Amino acid sequence: MIKNRHLIDPMDFSTEEIDKLLSLSEQISKNPENHSKKCSGKILGSLFYEPSTRTRLSFESAMMRLGGQVIGFSEANSSSVSKGESIADTIRTVACYADIVVMRHPKEGAPKVASMYSDVPVINAGDGGHQHPTQTLTDLLTIRTVKGSLNNLKIGYCGDLKFGRTVHSLIKALSRYPDNEMHLISPKELKIPDYIKEEILDKQSINYFEHEKIEECINDLDILYMTRVQKERFFNEEDYIRLKDTYILDNEKMKKGSDQMIVLHPLPRVNEIAYEIDNDPRAYYFKQAKMGMYVRMGLISMLLGVC
Amino acid sequence: MMTINTIENGIVIDHIRAGYGVEIFNYLGLDKVDYTVALIMNVNSKKQGKKDIIKIENEINFDLSELGLIDPDVTINIIQNHTITKKLKLNLPKVVENVIKCKNPRCITSVERHLTHVFYLVDEKKGVYRCKYCDEKYALRNRV
Repeated sequence: MIKNRHLIDPMDFSTEEIDKLLSLSEQISKNPENHSKKCSGKILGSLFYEPSTRTRLSFESAMMRLGGQVIGFSEANSSSVSKGESIADTIRTVACYADIVVMRHPKEGAPKVASMYSDVPVINAGDGGHQHPTQTLTDLLTIRTVKGSLNNLKIGYCGDLKFGRTVHSLIKALSRYPDNEMHLISPKELKIPDYIKEEILDKQSINYFEHEKIEECINDLDILYMTRVQKERFFNEEDYIRLKDTYILDNEKMKKGSDQMIVLHPLPRVNEIAYEIDNDPRAYYFKQAKMGMYVRMGLISMLLGVC
Repeated sequence: MMTINTIENGIVIDHIRAGYGVEIFNYLGLDKVDYTVALIMNVNSKKQGKKDIIKIENEINFDLSELGLIDPDVTINIIQNHTITKKLKLNLPKVVENVIKCKNPRCITSVERHLTHVFYLVDEKKGVYRCKYCDEKYALRNRV
């Protein structure tokens, strides 16, 4: 039962619960109008302590499409946080006004703290470089919808694998499904952290390969998951400038990929996917963004027990 | 040869890795007590080469489980009437609160000062803990 639970870490739900959520989300994506009154009379508290376009609008749109309403703030300056209020106090207050809360915060673990003090479900919408579980759900829904399954896939992750929280979460999530093979493509400086290899991939005997060039494995992939080198994760701007354009996916590289391969990206992109790829039928990143809204509709419905 | 008397009632913390005795002594606050305590350093040991020992002449009521964080290989001997009545090996505690401080500057504990610092044991063999909030790793220095 997902009802009344919090979603802080993508691993908070079992694979059975995730499968159930993805099925509901898929159903919603096919007939969203059937769900347009499910959250009538319910309120989503949207607490965004740092800027976000996609995630915030996606959550707010999801709630509105379910017939619910949204209250909240989109930057810390416009809330009592600027007066020094703690997360514990903020959430206890907001939980009096909202039926469910979504929180993005620059500090890692902030939504976890909120969940400890909240009487209503709390959804983590990203906490620094740590977790972003609804992006993972978005990725899983997109993959399952296009590929029909989450098993037996060859997935290439490309770009910033060191700081990229979406990559870490997706690797963890897909490691729970059988026969998946991972290809980790990054410059030396942005390699996947050892703990992901030791505590996830090795522990679960997942087949994985490390590469420095996309060309080394693109012909073998079912999914190419591109990521942005995130400026905000660097303490040193020189390092960012040196690494930001390491991988640019263009038509030339795409020629080497199979017709069945799909390209995903959590967005926003900067330079890592050339605009010429947008018309390639294998470019799925905008459809993926739409899936994000459907999976959030499914998630809100299940946490509120209205599905 | 130095002689240190046996104790009548109390505990002996044995097989402390040489050099770690002072840390355990200070952790238990033994520098402030008014009963007899002895910290013996660099004792010859067949198994360890050198070891430290702490003898405490009192029926103390410490939570000794957290000593495993300083040195997980120590042995605790409970002494009653000059005889060892119980020998305990320490296991690493599954959860530690406010003993390990999270050093990740991006962790919520760096700004919300009232929060309890909580670490969970994730790998007993390697002595690896992770912060409850941000998953920052803390590895025991004498394990990894």
